[in-house]
Amino acid sequence: MNVFHFVQAFFSDGAHWHGYDGIPRRMVEHLQYSAAALGVAAAIALPIGLVTGHTGRGGNALAFVATAARALPSFGLLVLMFVLMGLSILPVMIPLVVLAVPPILVTTYEAVRNVDASPVDAARGMGMHPAKILFQVELPVALPLILSGLRSAAIQIVSTATIAAYVSLGGLGRYIVDGLYQRDYEKVVGGAALVAALALLVLGLFWAVGRAVVSPGVRRR
Amino acid sequence: MTPTHPATRTNPPRQDRGVFGALIVIEDVSKRYPDGTVAVDRLSLEVPDRSITVLVGPSGCGKTTTLRMINRMIEPSSGRILLDGADIQQQPVNALRRSMGYVIQNAGLFQHRTVIDNIATVPRLLGWHRQRARARAAELMERVGLDASMAKRYPYQLSGGQQQRVGVARALAADPPVLLMDEPFSAVDPVVRRGLQEELLRIQEELGKAILFVTHDIDEAIRLGDQVAVLRTGGRLAQFAPPDELLSSPADPFVADFLGADRGIRGLSFFTSAGLNLDPAPVVAVDATAKQMAKRVTPDVPYVLVTDVDGKPLGWAEPARWAEGGKTLTPYGQTFEFGRDSLRVALDCAVLSPTGWAVGVDRTGSVVGVASQESVATAIRAAHAERAVRARDAAAPGTGARGTGAPGTGARGTGARGAGPAGAARRGGAGGEAGGAPGSAAGAGAEAAQ
Repeated sequence: MNVFHFVQAFFSDGAHWHGYDGIPRRMVEHLQYSAAALGVAAAIALPIGLVTGHTGRGGNALAFVATAARALPSFGLLVLMFVLMGLSILPVMIPLVVLAVPPILVTTYEAVRNVDASPVDAARGMGMHPAKILFQVELPVALPLILSGLRSAAIQIVSTATIAAYVSLGGLGRYIVDGLYQRDYEKVVGGAALVAALALLVLGLFWAVGRAVVSPGVRRR
Repeated sequence: MTPTHPATRTNPPRQDRGVFGALIVIEDVSKRYPDGTVAVDRLSLEVPDRSITVLVGPSGCGKTTTLRMINRMIEPSSGRILLDGADIQQQPVNALRRSMGYVIQNAGLFQHRTVIDNIATVPRLLGWHRQRARARAAELMERVGLDASMAKRYPYQLSGGQQQRVGVARALAADPPVLLMDEPFSAVDPVVRRGLQEELLRIQEELGKAILFVTHDIDEAIRLGDQVAVLRTGGRLAQFAPPDELLSSPADPFVADFLGADRGIRGLSFFTSAGLNLDPAPVVAVDATAKQMAKRVTPDVPYVLVTDVDGKPLGWAEPARWAEGGKTLTPYGQTFEFGRDSLRVALDCAVLSPTGWAVGVDRTGSVVGVASQESVATAIRAAHAERAVRARDAAAPGTGARGTGAPGTGARGTGARGAGPAGAARRGGAGGEAGGAPGSAAGAGAEAAQ
């Protein structure tokens, strides 16, 4: 039996497609955790990254925080938060957000900071307010890089959200954790395949968003 | 302008400011940085309306700092700057900037916006409706010589020269009275730069803005400036004068050195060829008989210039050989337009001519006469003498106030340039493709002079 047999067996089993432990339900749960974590991480990291990138100040502090956050093990953090806070969605959200903030923060800062100085100078010289310069001059040009930061954060979240299952929550991690306990490798491989597919879906989603929101003048085609 | 302000001592009385008066007055302005660097040192300058004032100097002379103090991108440490009589410090900074067009090196276009939306930026900032702003932008594209088909393109699809045209159009979009240009043409190749310079002169003739232009290129300064301020390292004014005066009488060795080697020759661009004594004698039509042709030959001129029946030049011929049937013509080379091209062009034609004689033509290209290198030299001497007289006359009244930085100098330069032969000569030298425009500009200049 190889991996493909497991996958095929998992997906062809009708019992996996409906009910409390069905694929649709687990998928929705997984997406909910991921979207919430990405939303919170973006709400924290985007404004800080935009402002520090615009002013060009605080880059060192930012790099320090990002490196420190990256060094935190997500699983360890999850267990710690679970012990401290008990059973709720919060102990899952915290490690996911901690995971997602550094890539968003660092790429946003770098993206805005590296916007060509001359259009910004021209905009100032034309009498544009600083906020308008940030949103109408710097942001549109920095957008592809900012999206790439969001994208890598999103993919990391989607893959890591499986740990929610360790603290008795749902999501696609359920199949992996339960499968391991039940020695049901069909389930483990099926769950892993679903997570991988979801990650690819996110990739495709960000590509589409990039096409839709980045100006052709910046994409250069 | 409050007359009690101590800095007004070196500046002209208020009545000097008329339609063509000083629009921007820089009074005793300095910029010192906390680390002790002095970028600009007690600079006083005036930028008159309807003229191009060029700031030129080596790097570190504070020319860009000076320009950026005018739209308050940099705040001066001391002194003050007046725009149309009002201190710019008293004005809201963004409103002030919107009243001044700003053009920078590399254009600084917004790469995520199309050409037309780039140009419409300031009108949009001023709250214009999108349609109106775009209509205005389309108008400006035409003005700066951009094809309407470029409207929907993005900056990366344009050449450097086209990008800079968009930059100029964007600066002009809200029709500001002032244009600040910070080394706008230094990033493009010499041929494109030349085209952009001519375009700027043409636009200036049409619109008549107060332009402050920063460059490190002295040739550009001389080509464009109605008056040129030469700054030396440390932000001190070395000389402020019209370009012909700069070339003929640099204030000190620094300015002379900065102007470069052949400033005497370059100065000839400011003298018209109208004073040249053209000799029509050696010009014959191609249908002339050998006898008629022989009559035209003098001991000094062994050649005659053969023209077609309309008077257009064909080439030089030696009458003796022509009579023998050897009807070969030596190419006449370049011609100059009599009265419109400068003495520099005339001299160049004489130097390049195979016979040593320059061919002067009229507006239609018909030959007016020919001039030898010697007669060009005579005209140069006469022009120099005439200028010396003019300078003495101009200096006679109001002697005290007129230093190198005295604003009176600038105003006089503007008038003389537009009205007199010098203005015509510059346009002639710049290529003279403008057609009917120079006449009207000369008229405007004449009004200025009165």
